[in-house]
Amino acid sequence: MAEDQIIIRKLNKAFGPKVVLKDLDIRIPKGKSVAVIGASGTGKSVLLKNLLGLIEPDSGSIKVDGLETVGASRTTREKILQKFGMLFQGGALFDSLPVWENVVFRYRQGKNISIKEARDVARRTLAEVNLEDRVLDLYPAEISGGMQKRVALARAIADRPQILLFDEPTSGLDPITSGVINRLIREAVDRLGATAITISHDMTSVRAIADEVAMIHDGKITWHGQIRDIDKSGNPILDQFVHGRPDGPLTQQAERG
Amino acid sequence: MNILRIPGQAALDLLAQFGKLAMFTASAVFWIFRPPWYGRQLIRQAIDIGYFSLPVVGLTTLFSGMVIALQSYTGTERFSAEGEASVATVVVLIVTRELGPVLAGLMVAGRIGASMAAEIGTMRVTDQIDALDTLATRPMQYLIAPRVIAATLCLPFLVLIGDIIGVFGGYVVAIYQLGFSPASYLDSTLEYLEPFDVILGLIKAAVFGFILSIMGCFHGYYSGRGAEGVGRATTNAVVYSAILILVADFFITGLVFVR
Repeated sequence: MAEDQIIIRKLNKAFGPKVVLKDLDIRIPKGKSVAVIGASGTGKSVLLKNLLGLIEPDSGSIKVDGLETVGASRTTREKILQKFGMLFQGGALFDSLPVWENVVFRYRQGKNISIKEARDVARRTLAEVNLEDRVLDLYPAEISGGMQKRVALARAIADRPQILLFDEPTSGLDPITSGVINRLIREAVDRLGATAITISHDMTSVRAIADEVAMIHDGKITWHGQIRDIDKSGNPILDQFVHGRPDGPLTQQAERG
Repeated sequence: MNILRIPGQAALDLLAQFGKLAMFTASAVFWIFRPPWYGRQLIRQAIDIGYFSLPVVGLTTLFSGMVIALQSYTGTERFSAEGEASVATVVVLIVTRELGPVLAGLMVAGRIGASMAAEIGTMRVTDQIDALDTLATRPMQYLIAPRVIAATLCLPFLVLIGDIIGVFGGYVVAIYQLGFSPASYLDSTLEYLEPFDVILGLIKAAVFGFILSIMGCFHGYYSGRGAEGVGRATTNAVVYSAILILVADFFITGLVFVR
């Protein structure tokens, strides 16, 4: 059994009166791809931002390879962040930089490498996500949404991180492009041997990417298990979500507000 | 008690905003002096602020110099003062000490302060600032510090050029419309101009550059979500920059004012 690379304990986060995470516990095993699913507004992205230190939780603990990130110094946080590669929902590519500079943005930080070497790294990484050399000098606004996602994926994996985070990787994409992105993500995770956390409510994507699934509901993880078990979980909340049924506990709660 | 709640909350919000602005400014200044420095970002901003603002500042100061020449002539005529020397002196003093830096500050606040707020606000809304954080880059160092340095250093240069253009505008009106002698007008301009007049204008310009860049970056950095949030950030950046530039102008002038 794989050791846990990320351990989150009793995580709480509220925005004013709105409580988003309530004593949330989850363990992410090393080298596994875990999808965190749940209805909109249940705190999936908040969980990810807490994990990255982009927002500070109200209480609780997040340990990455045994290092506590909650309340950690900037230096410790930067050390932990080196382990992560992140694919943002909208790509979050830097508009003012061409594709190749976006891809090697972190790779070049603090290193005295030539432009030629950096472009070679960008070229190789883009090839891993099936993008040709001709996109190297284009700007994000000059390429399609699907290509932007692939460039963003290339940027996430360029520095060979140990942990990959994907926030709604297929949102806004057509089914074919989504399929391509799912396959590229799975290949990248397998090739790097990385631990992956994917936030999604696209079950096709989840089935293509994940080894394990964690369902977040009412600020907590209500079910966590193997991907092969999601259709026979016996959990009515997960069951309704996975099969997209209009009636069930999730609808009743949404109607109650 | 309800009557007091609304103004009380507004006062608390205002104080919180001041605190946030103070922390932001301190952080920006702190990161200006810490490596790594992003030279390319700095050059890009310097070109945008120093070079591309030149036409706007030049045109503004040119016509202001011309207007001051005409208005000061009207004034000196009424008081039967010596027209030529008075017009030349008024033009050069007002342009270098006051209108040059203030107009350049206001024009650049409208052009650059707004663009800083819009660009950084869009980066906030599209998660690019969060992305910077996850890519081992401090947004304060990469985005804010180069803009503050560039604006603080470039505005004095812009004002210096604006001063020359403004004085030239006054000269054109004085010679071709008011019929003054070119040689004696130039003599009067240089006779009453002291180095401190120019230096004061340049000091003001540096302060205004700092103010407009901080306001542009601050409002963009804490922009609300969506297009509406970015739009409001842009408006606030320009409005508050303009107000603070005028307030700072009064205090700097007051500091060096000798009766």
